[in-house]
Formats: sequence, C-alpha cells, structure tokens
Amino acid sequence: MSKVRKLEDAVAAIPDGAVLMIGGFMGVGTPPRLIDELIRQNKRGLTVIANDTARPTVGIGKLVAGRHVARVIASHIGTNPETQRQMIAGETEVELVPQGTLAERVRAGGFGLGGILTPTGVGTVVADGKRTVELDGRTFLLETPLKADFALILAKRADYYGNLEYALTARNFNPLMAMAAETVIVEAEDIVPVGMIPPDHVVTPNVLVDVLVAKEARHG
Amino acid sequence: MDEKTLIAKRVALELRDARLVNLGIGLPTLVARHLPAGTNVFFQSENGIIGMEPVPEEGLENADLSDAGGSPIGAVPGAASFDSAVSFGLIRGGHLDVTVLGGLQVDEEGRLANWMVPGRMVPGMGGAMDLVSGAKRVIVAMQHSAKGESKIVKRCTLPLTSVRRVDLVVTDLAVLEPTDAGLVLKETAPGVSVAQVLAATGCELIVPATVPAMPIDA
Repeated sequence: MSKVRKLEDAVAAIPDGAVLMIGGFMGVGTPPRLIDELIRQNKRGLTVIANDTARPTVGIGKLVAGRHVARVIASHIGTNPETQRQMIAGETEVELVPQGTLAERVRAGGFGLGGILTPTGVGTVVADGKRTVELDGRTFLLETPLKADFALILAKRADYYGNLEYALTARNFNPLMAMAAETVIVEAEDIVPVGMIPPDHVVTPNVLVDVLVAKEARHG
Repeated sequence: MDEKTLIAKRVALELRDARLVNLGIGLPTLVARHLPAGTNVFFQSENGIIGMEPVPEEGLENADLSDAGGSPIGAVPGAASFDSAVSFGLIRGGHLDVTVLGGLQVDEEGRLANWMVPGRMVPGMGGAMDLVSGAKRVIVAMQHSAKGESKIVKRCTLPLTSVRRVDLVVTDLAVLEPTDAGLVLKETAPGVSVAQVLAATGCELIVPATVPAMPIDA
C-alpha cells in the first residue's frame, strides 16, 4: 500500500500530547512543512525530543514560540530566548542532555538496547540521580533509551517505497530518529521512482518509513 | 594585536601536529584564521562534518551545509559528512586530537566550567561535555578575567563541564598547564610580567625559574 499522504492528513494523525522526535540542528534538517502544519492544526502539549530549539522564528523554535510544546528534551536552547524564558517561568519543562548522550539515547531506543554507558557527565549535575557503573577502573553513567510516538524526518530524497538519502549536515539526528519512533513521517525534498536511489546510498531503509508526505502540486 | 587575536594565535601553535580538531563557538573559532604554515587539520563541526571551512564566496551558501550555530559553511576537498552518533563517536571515541573551548572558569585542578550560570544563563551544554570528556587534548581559550574578576579560580563555583583535567589554558595574559601539583605558569603574554599574571589570578600558580614569553610577534 502506498505510504504517500497529504500533508494535512499526515499531521492530523498526531494527537495533542504526543511525543515527537524531530530531526534537525538549528533548523537545518528540520522538516519545514511538517512544522508549519503542526502549528496550523494547533497541536498542544507536545513533547519534543530534538537537538535544539533553534531560534524563535526557525524550525522547532516556531513550535516553542507558538506554545505548542509542554516538554523539551534537547542539548541546547541557548539560541532561543523564548525556550529559556518558558523554562525559567515553569511553563515548559526542559531536560538538557549532552549532545552525544542525546544521540546515543535515541540510538539505544531504536536499536533495542537497554541503555548506554558514557563517560560524559560523570561528576557533573548531569549525573544527579543516575546510576554509575565502574568498568576496568573507569566510571560511566548509565543513560536510558529514548523512544517517541512519532519521528518527523527531513530527507533529501525519498523513493516511492520510502528509502531515504540525506544531504550534508542536514542529516544529523534524522537517521537515528527514524529508528526510534512508533510512526515515522518523512518530508522529502525530492521523491523519485523506486530504483533511482542505489541500495548503497540508502541511509534509512524503506521499511522504517510509515508515511511519506506528498509534494504539493506545482504548475508551470 | 587585540587580546582575542593574541589568544587565537597562541592556540593555533598547538595544532601543528593535529589531524582532527573541533573549535567551540566564539573565540575558539578565530583560531582557524591563524594556523601556522604546514598545519594540515580537518576541522569538525559536531552537527556532522569534518572538513568545514568558511563559505568561499558570497552566493555559494548551501541550505544543507552549516556549522553548529546554523550558519553556512563550505567544505574542503576530503570533507565527509555523517550523522550525530558518528559525530560524537569521533569525539568520545578517542578520534579527536584537539578541542578548543571557551571558558567561564578554570580551577586549580584544571577543571572547566563553561556551560551555565545558574539562574542567569542556561543555554544547555550542547556538545561541550562530550568534547571535554572525550578529546585527546582539551585547550581552553579565554580571557584571564571578566568584569574585574579572575576566571582562574581556586575551585569552580559554576557547574562543571567535566571532572576531566584540561590540558592547557591560554588567556590574554598567560599560558597555564594544569598538573597534579597545580597550575603551572608556562608562558606570559608579550609585555606582561609574572607579577601581573599572579596579581590577576584567583589561585596559586606554580612559577618555574624561567617563564618565557609566548612565541608570538606582538
């Protein structure tokens, strides 16, 4: 069955309060049409797992500025004063996670691991309340997996089946998140016939993709 | 030469034998402009590329090619891009030769605080904790003092970035090397005396019999 859905229908399936993983780094690699449609449909109480909250007018920053988000799990919010303001005012819950730990927690969620052991954060406030493990004389933090209801992914190219290619630094968290969510929704800059993306170039295999957002009809 | 350029030039001398280097935002970014001849490094941007360089010419920006601040960059021949897990595998896995980071405080034990000021500034740690925990060599590049207070302190009062001891601290006044015994004054900035460094520092320094000036033309 085809995975292609209209933008409106793809986003309508996301309920208020859903846990979303959203690809991107300062907006680069964040699916712009999906973000704008979440706002247009006025989704509320979302949990967003993402690297950062960009700027108030960019990518995930727009969701925060429009008060669509109740909880953020991210490594960096410094470029978005509105996220910081909402956090300090107690309006939005923010969990700050070291960036490499965030990547590994998402990977663990998608790869069926029970957690990961990292030296990052040992002896700092990040370690508060977490278990440590001693191995060969080194101390590691036990960090738990992250999973989501939906992953919102930006790909450079998809084929009709949903095989995905990414571009340069727009790849970032996208392939990791495409493994770690119940439903994976993909916005692709280009959609091409099956066979045009050689198997060696496929980064996210089609079986992971549930929904491919239809391109808007262009004329002329 | 202004203070930041001085710091950047001095740090750049540390990159001669490095292959993979990550520069933090702000002052550390300046280091790339002052590499000594013959340096052959790939600069990593933790959002997923090694081999970043400035956009060679206005009009050649690519929306899918940016630095960790989201600004457009270029890529040198031999550049490679990858996902965030690989990017931090490079950092944490012992593949990154040098990271250069800004600092808010460094203490007598060589520990760095550079990611938050409780109640005032909570930007998040981004990649800083992984970089300090994982790089082979950690260099802090920062002003010696801020608002009249030394950033070199007996014990960090701000939340630590890592308990790992950094390898070198380069400021506008001095080069300091953290050791088991404490911070060793390795070099002074051109025209700065040992006494001036000691007076501007918030903890004891170990002062060798001779302290050379930074090998930088003023």
